[in-house]
Amino acid sequence: MKYVDEFRAPELISKAGEEIRRLADPKHHYRIMEVCGGHTHAIYRFGLKDLLPENVELIHGPGCPVCVLPMGRIDDGLSLTANPEFIFAAFGDMMRVPGTHGSPLEYKARGMDVRIVYSPADALKLARLNPQKHVVFFAIGFETTAPSTALTIIRARAEGLPNFSVFCNHVTIIPAIRAILDSPDMRLDGFVGPGHVSTVIGCRPYEWIAKDQGKPVVVSGFEPLDILQSIVMLLRQLRGGQAIVENQYKRVVPWEGNPAALRAMAEVFELRPYFEWRGLGFISQSALKIRSAYGEWDSEQRFTVPGVRVTDPKAAQCGEVLKGVLKPSQCKLFGRECTPEQPVGALMVSSEGSCAAHYNYSQHRPITIDAAASL
Amino acid sequence: MCLAIPGKIIEIDAHNAQQAMVDVVGVRRKVDLGLLAEESIRPGDWVLIHVGFAMSKISEAEAADQMRTLMILGESAAALEEVEGYGLENEYPPSEYPASKSRGLVS
Repeated sequence: MKYVDEFRAPELISKAGEEIRRLADPKHHYRIMEVCGGHTHAIYRFGLKDLLPENVELIHGPGCPVCVLPMGRIDDGLSLTANPEFIFAAFGDMMRVPGTHGSPLEYKARGMDVRIVYSPADALKLARLNPQKHVVFFAIGFETTAPSTALTIIRARAEGLPNFSVFCNHVTIIPAIRAILDSPDMRLDGFVGPGHVSTVIGCRPYEWIAKDQGKPVVVSGFEPLDILQSIVMLLRQLRGGQAIVENQYKRVVPWEGNPAALRAMAEVFELRPYFEWRGLGFISQSALKIRSAYGEWDSEQRFTVPGVRVTDPKAAQCGEVLKGVLKPSQCKLFGRECTPEQPVGALMVSSEGSCAAHYNYSQHRPITIDAAASL
Repeated sequence: MCLAIPGKIIEIDAHNAQQAMVDVVGVRRKVDLGLLAEESIRPGDWVLIHVGFAMSKISEAEAADQMRTLMILGESAAALEEVEGYGLENEYPPSEYPASKSRGLVS
């Protein structure tokens, strides 16, 4: 197998750019939301905005799990490290995310037992290896990650492992899209649908967006050509007065999703009545909690957490940026008080957050332009 | 966070059919196959891996595409770091593995 460090079909990238210009009605200003943080990162990295006409605007959506996690949840999870018998295990992405009293990494520096794991299965393994300790896995992510957590909990119960629990922060993407569409100051023409979330949930869960809201959705891959082709597909629908769900990322996303993953999630999780999203506020039925049948492996059912609520500084306009009302650079704190090194707001925290992506890439020359120019 | 890493199945665990050794550009680690219960996975198959779990069966060409995607996104190093971080292949029963050594395994 040969790995090629180049874009797929650069000549097609130029063609897609031309097709977008041809399809876009100059009298209309198009606002297209890419839901997934991975797409936001790719759009900035490849400078795709520069390949689009002025009147086709990309709005960066809520699909960055680290960004939308309220600080209070980090505080709640970290509160468990006060017990020296506890090991706090989390993905590397979480380690620098600030809580009120510091990030998990800073807790580790202060002597708390904080470990980076790359898989929930490895957190379970930590529990097997440390029977005298209790391992809390700080679970985070959309439907891409939630099935792995679910299967890990199923395994913990099957083994009867008593010293393992999950502090569950899994969220679901559909209610966030609904909240954005319901927002009165929001006007969107269509959606670039998330890629890897859709490998799990498939394409059907987006059908209401097309049917009820009349907005086209195209599930997309992550390469420049994928994203541009998805925009072409959206503009074709809009031009033809159509609104359906299409799958541009067929090479990876099955229309029906992954049934085994959906089954594992349904077995272990139920919907929380509501959950707070950083920048978006409380959204009903937007997050997963562990069913009482698996309560022994749920940190929240087993232990007392303080239930901290932290409001973001008023000056930070994360909500407006998250809904696409403001661009990252229009926030008063952007690049001054709020930087990737010292994030104030949610969207500066992860490289998939739109503010961090804007900060990191807006100075650079877009690499797709170079690729297209070298033809 | 949402990395999907292509890997080739090298061997299914003889004692646990839900675990398999995969090869990701030369790095070999065990991953969990439990989320692909619907598929028949055999050595030589290609899968997309996310946080230590195989999430989809793909073709070799799709695997090559996905690896290139990670490279052009500047995420291939993070993907390899993730795969190298998977610890399932060092599975020991607690009695045979001193707790003091286990501390450094994952962190």
